[in-house]
Amino acid sequence: MTSPLLEVRGLVKQFPVRKNLFGRATTFVSAVDGIDFDLFEGETLGVVGESGCGKSTTARLLMHLIEPTAGTIRFGGRTVGTAELPVKEFRRQVQMVFQDSYASLNPRLTVEESIAFGPTVHGVSQREANARALSLLERVGLDPRRFAGRFTHELSGGQRQRVNIARALALQPRILVLDEAVSALDKSVEAQVLNLLADLKEAFGLTYLFISHDLEVVRFMSTRVLVMYLGRVAELGPTEALYTGSRHPYTTALLGSLLSMDPDHRTAAPPITGDPPNPIDPPPGCRFHTRCAYAEGVCSARMPALLAGAADAAPHWVACHMHAPRSGHSKLKAGAAPETA
Amino acid sequence: MTPGSGDEAILDISGLRVTFTGGPRPVRAVDGVDLKLRRGEVVALLGESGSGKSVTLRSILRLHPEKKTRIEGGIRVQDVDVLRLKGRALADFRGKRVSMIFQEPMLAMDPVYTVGRQITESIIKHENVSPDEARRRALTLFEQVRIPSPARRLDAYPHEMSGGMRQRAMIALALACNPQVLLADEPTTALDATVQVQILLLLRELQHQLGLSMIFVTHDISVGVEVADRIAVMYAGRIVEIGSVRDVIRSPRHPYTIGLMSTRPHGGRLLGNRLPAIPGSPPDLANLPPGCAFAPRCPHAGEACGVSAPAPVEVSAGHWVRCVRTDLTAKA
Repeated sequence: MTSPLLEVRGLVKQFPVRKNLFGRATTFVSAVDGIDFDLFEGETLGVVGESGCGKSTTARLLMHLIEPTAGTIRFGGRTVGTAELPVKEFRRQVQMVFQDSYASLNPRLTVEESIAFGPTVHGVSQREANARALSLLERVGLDPRRFAGRFTHELSGGQRQRVNIARALALQPRILVLDEAVSALDKSVEAQVLNLLADLKEAFGLTYLFISHDLEVVRFMSTRVLVMYLGRVAELGPTEALYTGSRHPYTTALLGSLLSMDPDHRTAAPPITGDPPNPIDPPPGCRFHTRCAYAEGVCSARMPALLAGAADAAPHWVACHMHAPRSGHSKLKAGAAPETA
Repeated sequence: MTPGSGDEAILDISGLRVTFTGGPRPVRAVDGVDLKLRRGEVVALLGESGSGKSVTLRSILRLHPEKKTRIEGGIRVQDVDVLRLKGRALADFRGKRVSMIFQEPMLAMDPVYTVGRQITESIIKHENVSPDEARRRALTLFEQVRIPSPARRLDAYPHEMSGGMRQRAMIALALACNPQVLLADEPTTALDATVQVQILLLLRELQHQLGLSMIFVTHDISVGVEVADRIAVMYAGRIVEIGSVRDVIRSPRHPYTIGLMSTRPHGGRLLGNRLPAIPGSPPDLANLPPGCAFAPRCPHAGEACGVSAPAPVEVSAGHWVRCVRTDLTAKA
């Protein structure tokens, strides 16, 4: 593959949990705790994981809606937030669609005004911005003559999410961050919006970061998939390789939790027991070792590095001691002769 | 008794209509639901938001605000006429005969009492037992729903438990007085995938063990397939299709069910393909079209569909569909 459009390195975000007498934070929760990944032009990178794993925090960090505690984000080789690439300029390239379609639109603006607002802030003339809004409405499947003058409360959930997508596209970004963008929609409407996203991606040559808790939807949408667990990357690889040959025990458990849709082959036993641990007090070493069937001494002692197999046609990264040579894990996978990250 | 074998209905809903009259215009959320739940049977009530599935469920426990709701039709649980229950009799009925678990245990439980206290209170209220005996039973319940170190957890407050643990505690609370019918309103929707499976399997196991009759409301077909004997699909306040899980999943006959089944991204679909989507959006309940409510979105809609609401048609034994064009939806 070519050089990545977006490079994320060592990204960390800590939120204060408890403050002392003088208002200084004494306890932190590391919502995102040192993650690295690349986003390549034209791909859809799916991000999956359970609540509290840091997927939404990652999205907000990418958008600079919150400031990272540590780490860098580079866009097209330029570091975001420095003189090379100021945040405002970066935001024009990366736009976001949120889960709550209602909360993300201004209730006092009409649909047309909502979409045209962004471009005018970035120096496009009002006329040009309005024209762009109308053509985008058409593009997302809402007839401009019927919808341009409406307010957000006059729209259904699916229509509102279409407006949000149009609003995100109004700045002609190259990357769209979709944070559970279809999760609140009814199933019959969800498919329409997924199809729309696929159409727009082709038409505008977009790159997607697609965050969802729905593994089936992510499989349908993504070229590559990133699995997060308690603020860390557990696995990252090409979609089908990951879905059919998962390497991290957590990914395997997550996929094993998918229900079969076959009344004759119902799930017999849960793939893993227990709940995800509290992120305020994450377990040492591999974050997953408390729920992992293969956990050994090394797993609680050292945090595994994210490594790709040497024989991978396309790199398939995993952070697990069973895939790290010389880790000392007794169940070392034979095919895992990794290169270093 | 094996599920679904007996014909005796433990719960019988007939011609149920629920209208909310609090707003500027009355909204009919449930419009003529008939449903018989057999002893030991699990029925999944499947539908999207606004389809009336939760409203139907809540009517069985009379949880709607009395003054702003008009309930017509009949609901019987064995010999009890639920819609005529008043005061003390209604309080005795809730939790003892029929009990319910909710989507969000944090909202369903009282935050200022320990979980154990809430369970023992419920037992003492319904049955004449000593506090010690009630606590012993609470402990047994916690073991039954597999809460680790149950004795210690009985003294925990709801906020001290994780989501999955809270849901287990709520199941224990719902089962405290040995109800015959358990109603579940999206009990796993708010849970993570790995926890959802655990709770579903627990519910299935308890249902078997205790011979519970259950109505399970969900928007997720795959959850229904996992727990239910029969599936009832709701759309705009009516059951549009009902049948055994196998019939509904393998040979759905209502165009809406067919659409729902094909619209799911399932298994490895080639990238770049599009999903077959149902056009349009669910109808406005205050402004329903005459005739079949699905007609405006239906690929098979004809003139007859706009005239009157279709009556149920039995397409195979025990498999009913409210559609006038079932000839078009039969598999070739």
